[in-house]
Amino acid sequence: MTDFDCVVAAAGASSRMGEWKLLLPWGRSTVVETVVENALKACPRVFLVTGFRGDELAAKFAGNPKVVCLSHNAWKQGMVSSLRRGAAEVTTRRFFVALADMPLVTPALYERVAEACSEEGQVPAIQACRPVFQGKPGHPVLFDRSVIAAITAWKEGESLKGLLSTLNTVTVEVQDAGAVQDFDIPSDYNTARSFLGVSLPRDDAQGKTTGAIRFTDDFLRPGMLHAAVLASPHAHARILSVNTEQARAAPGVRGVFTGADWTNLIGLYMGDKPPLARGKVRYHGEPVAVVVADDEASAQTALRLLEVNYQPLPALLSLRQALSAQAEVLHPELGSYSHIPAIFPEPGSNVAHRTKIRKGDAQAALAIAEVVVEGTFSFPPGDHAALEPRAVQAELSGEGRLVVRTSTQSPFGVRTLLARSLGIPELQIEVLVGAVGGGFGGKAGIQLEPLACLLTQKLGGRPVRLVNSREADLISSPGRPGLEAHIRLGSQKDGTFVAAEIEFLFDSGAYADYAVNVARAAGYACTGPYRIPHVKADSLCVYTNHPFATAFRGFGHIELSYAMERAVDLLADKLGMDPAELRLLNAIRPGDTTPSNSVLDANTGNLAACLQTVQRRLGWRADRWTDQQGKVHAQGISTFWKAPAIPTFTDAGALLTFAEDGSVTLATGVVELGQGAHTGLRQMVAEALKLDPSRIRVVPQVDTDTSPHDWATAASRSLFMAGRAALDAVADAVRQIKKIAAQPLRCPEEDLEVAGGRVFVRDDPRYSLPLEKIVLGYVYPDGNAIGGPVIGRGKYIARHLTHLDPETGEGRPGLEWTLGACGIEVEFAQDGGFRVTKAACTMDIGKLINPDLARGQVVGALAMGIGFSTRESFVFDQKGRVLNASLRDFKLLRFGEEPEYFVDFLETPQGDGPFGARGLGEQGIIGVPGALAQAVSRAVGVNVVDLPLTAEALWKLREGRS
Amino acid sequence: MKIQLTVNGSRYEKDVEENRTLLRFLREDLGFTGTKEGCGAGECGACTVFFNGKTVNACMVLAVEADGGSVETIEGEVKDGKFSVIQEAFDRNHGLQCGFCTAGMILSVKELLHRNPKPTEDQIKDGLEGNFCRCTGYTQIIESVLDASGQLPKKGELHHA
Repeated sequence: MTDFDCVVAAAGASSRMGEWKLLLPWGRSTVVETVVENALKACPRVFLVTGFRGDELAAKFAGNPKVVCLSHNAWKQGMVSSLRRGAAEVTTRRFFVALADMPLVTPALYERVAEACSEEGQVPAIQACRPVFQGKPGHPVLFDRSVIAAITAWKEGESLKGLLSTLNTVTVEVQDAGAVQDFDIPSDYNTARSFLGVSLPRDDAQGKTTGAIRFTDDFLRPGMLHAAVLASPHAHARILSVNTEQARAAPGVRGVFTGADWTNLIGLYMGDKPPLARGKVRYHGEPVAVVVADDEASAQTALRLLEVNYQPLPALLSLRQALSAQAEVLHPELGSYSHIPAIFPEPGSNVAHRTKIRKGDAQAALAIAEVVVEGTFSFPPGDHAALEPRAVQAELSGEGRLVVRTSTQSPFGVRTLLARSLGIPELQIEVLVGAVGGGFGGKAGIQLEPLACLLTQKLGGRPVRLVNSREADLISSPGRPGLEAHIRLGSQKDGTFVAAEIEFLFDSGAYADYAVNVARAAGYACTGPYRIPHVKADSLCVYTNHPFATAFRGFGHIELSYAMERAVDLLADKLGMDPAELRLLNAIRPGDTTPSNSVLDANTGNLAACLQTVQRRLGWRADRWTDQQGKVHAQGISTFWKAPAIPTFTDAGALLTFAEDGSVTLATGVVELGQGAHTGLRQMVAEALKLDPSRIRVVPQVDTDTSPHDWATAASRSLFMAGRAALDAVADAVRQIKKIAAQPLRCPEEDLEVAGGRVFVRDDPRYSLPLEKIVLGYVYPDGNAIGGPVIGRGKYIARHLTHLDPETGEGRPGLEWTLGACGIEVEFAQDGGFRVTKAACTMDIGKLINPDLARGQVVGALAMGIGFSTRESFVFDQKGRVLNASLRDFKLLRFGEEPEYFVDFLETPQGDGPFGARGLGEQGIIGVPGALAQAVSRAVGVNVVDLPLTAEALWKLREGRS
Repeated sequence: MKIQLTVNGSRYEKDVEENRTLLRFLREDLGFTGTKEGCGAGECGACTVFFNGKTVNACMVLAVEADGGSVETIEGEVKDGKFSVIQEAFDRNHGLQCGFCTAGMILSVKELLHRNPKPTEDQIKDGLEGNFCRCTGYTQIIESVLDASGQLPKKGELHHA
C-alpha cells in the first residue's frame, strides 16, 4: 500500500459509447466502483472528480469516508481541467491520477508505478511516472506535488499527454494490458469485461438462504415406505441366528430382511461388502437387518423386536495385529473378489491393496547418508461428519426402471455400480442428485443406494426411503481411514534430502471401499513436495474390525503429509536447522521427479513462494516464546501437494444450450456439494462467451438420464475438468453461431466475434446481430430460416495418465499437482490447555476464478484440519466398539474456536487448466496436521507422534506416558 | 392427538402422534422442509426454529408441546417477496456452502440481532455457538452477520495481486 492520494477523473459523458459507461456492470458492481475499489486497495484516499451525472456518483459513494467527491462544473473543458480540480485537494507528497473508465487497472499496477518512482535522489527529480504497456502509455500516472503549479497553469483543452511532455516524466514497462485497456465503444466494453477473479454470489445462495432448495430427504412424499436398519453391537461376531418373526408381525411393517436375502457383493474398487452382514459382522455399526414399514416410527418399533444371536469373535483392532502371521484373515474370499486392475490385493492376508514405490536405491543411500532420522506416527480412523446425513429414495417407475434419488458425489458411479452389483442394465437405472449437504469424500462411491434398491425390488417397486441417523452416518456408513506410518529420512549435513524409506499402513476397517485407492494415492505422493532421489515406499490398505473407510478430503495426502512433515521436523531438530529453511532447501521444482518418477513440468506451481508467504503471514519464528500473561506460543510450518487420484480415463462432459431470448444453460454431471463449482463454471462460461453471468444458468441437479457423463464430483477436479469441458462446449457453440451469422452478416465466419450477447464483425462492429436472432436459427425477412438450435458439446478426458507399475510404482498418476504451504500458531495457557491462534495457507492455484469461493474452501479446509488434528477421531473400547458415535462426543469445531485465518493464492498458470486454473477444494486441509504437530511439539518440548492432540493426549505426552 | 398452531402466520390443525417431534411434524406433516435434521439430538442446530418468539432445536420439542403456539421457520423469512437483511448478507458474503446448516443459522442470527442489533465478533461467536457449520470454518458467516448488522465486514486476509 502506498501513502499517496488518488485523483480519479470521472466527469465525462462517454459520448462515443452511446450510454454512460461509468455505471455499467463490472465484476460484482459497476465500472466506477471497481476503479475506486482498486484505487483504495493501493491508496488511502480517493478524490473522485465528477461532472456529468455527478449527483448520482456522489450518492453512490456517500457512505464511504475514504472517497471524496469533487463536483467539477467545467468538466467539458477536458481531462486536465478535472486533474486541476483534484490536484488542488491532495495533501500527500505524491499522488496518482486514474481514469474512472479503466477498471482493469489493478492495485498491483499502482504498486508497480509507485515502486518505479521511488528511486530517491535522481537528478533532475522525477515529476511524473507513467506505466507503458507494449509502447502504449497507460494509467495510473503518478505526479509529484511540485507539479501542481504547472497543472494549474496548463491551458484549457490541452491533453494529459501534452502536459506530461513538459515534465520530467519517467516511464515504467508493465506486463499488464489492463494499464492501457479502456473502452469507448460497446464492443470494446464487452470484450474487455472479465468475470474471472470476481466474487460473484453463489448460484444456489438464495435457494439455500430461503430453505427452498431441496436435499434428498426433502423429497419425502406420502406413500413412501420407511426403512430402519439394525446395526451390529459387536466389532466382530458370528451371526448365529436372526429371528424376524415378531418384527414381521408388528403393525405397519411391510418387510424384514437380513443378509441371507441377497448374495450380491458391493464395492467401489473391490466388491467385498454384502448389503447386509452375511454370516459374520466385521465392525461395530455394520447393518445386520432392515425393517421397512409404512412410517418411520413403526419401522423403529419393529426393529426392537428383532432378535439376533451373536457369537462374539476376537476383533482385530490394530494394524500390526492385522498384519501378523497369526491374525485371522477377515476376508478369506479376497482372492475371488472382483476389483479394478489398479488394485493389488494379497489374498490369504488382511492386505486389501499394496502400492510399491521403488525409486533409486533408498537402502544403499540411507546406509551412507550423513544424517538419518526415523519415526513412527499414527492416528485412528474418524469421520467426515458432513452436516447432511446420507439419504436415498429408490423406487421402480411405471416402466420398471429403477429411479434412485440420492445424496451422492458420484451419480454416474452409482449408476454403473448399481448395474454391476444388482445385474441390471444401466439403461434401466436413473440416478437423480439435487443439493448435497457436504461430502468431503464421504459421499463418493456407492453407499446406501444398493440396499434401498434391493428393498424396492422386494416390495413391488414402492418408493423406499432410507436415511441415516447421525449415529449410523458416523459409524455404519464409511468414515476416513486411520494411519500408522513408519519413516526413515536421510540427508546430507547441509540438509539436502537424499533418501526415504516409508511404510504407510492404512486402516481401512472391515471393507476396502475407497481406502484401497487412498493407500495408492499416498504411495505415489509419499514424500510430499520434496526432491528426494531415492525412495522406497510400501503403502498398504489393511482390513481390521474398525468401521470401514472411504475417501476423505485430501485423499491420502493429508495422511502422508502428517507423517512426512513429522519426519522432516525430526531431521530439522537433528540438524539444528530452522524447519522452514529445511523445507525451502528441499522444495520441489519444475524438472524434479515425483516418487513415481514422473517429471514435474512447467505447470508446477511455486512452492518456495508459498512457503515464504506463509512465513510472512505468521511473522515466522522458529523458537518458543512466552507473552506477558505467561502464555507460551509456538509456530509450525509445513508444505503440501496433491494430485487427484483418478482413473486414467477420468472424463467430464458439458452441454450448452440456448433459450429464445439468447440466454444460456450449461448442463454438466457435477454435483453441488457446497464447494461452489457451479458458480465457478458459470463464471468461466461468462468469460468465454463474454456474456453477463446473469444470462447464464448452470443446471443445479444431475440426472443420469440427461446430464452429460462425468466421472465424479471428487478429487478437486470439477473446476478443472468440467471447466475444460464447458470451455470446449462454448467454443463449439461459438463456431456454430459464427457459421449461421456469417450468412446474414455477409462476411467470412473468421471475421466474426461473439461478445456481450451479440455476434459482430470484429473490425466493424456496426455489422452485428443479437444472439437471440441466431441461436435457434436465423430467420430472413421473407420468412426463410437457416441454422437451427445451437447446441455446444464439450468434453475433456484426463491427459497422459498411466497405470503405476506394480513392482516399482513408476508411472504418471497426477493430472495436476497443487502445491502449497501451511502455517499454524498455538498458544498454551498455564493450565496446559492450548488453542490455535493463527492458521495460514498459501496455495498456487493457477488462476483465481472467484476469490470469496476460494477463500471459503480454504478456510473451511483449515478448520477441518484443526478439528482433525485436535479431536476428530473415533474412540474405541477394548472390544472395538465406537464410544463417540454422536456429535456430542465426536466433537466438531464450534464458533469461537477458530483462529485468525490468512489465505493467499499464487497464480502460476496450469497450462492445460481452464484459464490456467487448478483444483483447490481439498488442499487446504493437508498441511494442517503437520504444522500443528510441529507447533505443539515446540511449545511442549516433546515430539508429537500421535493424533489427535486432545487434552488427555497432551497430558500423556508431557508426562511421557503412552 | 389433535393440535393447533400457527406456522409463519398461518394456522394449522392436525392430528399428530404424541411422540412426534416438532421437527418431523414441520417437515413431514406440513411440508416445511427448509428446516433440516442434522443429528436429531439437539447438538447441531440445523433444525433451529422460532417457537413462541424464542429459538429452539425443533428436534428437541414434541409437536404436542407446540399446541396453541406459534412457530416461525426459514420459509417465513421472505416477506412480500423480499429477502431479509440477514438472507441478503449471507448471499453477498458467501456465508454458506452446502447450505444444510443455513436455515438454522439464519434463524439463530435473527434471534441474536433481536437481542443485540450490533454484536461484536465475540458476541456473534457466543450467540451462534449452538449451530454447527462443517463447511465454512465460520469466517464468512461472521462476516455475513457483521454485514447484516450494518458493521462493515473486515474481509479476511485474502490477498489477490
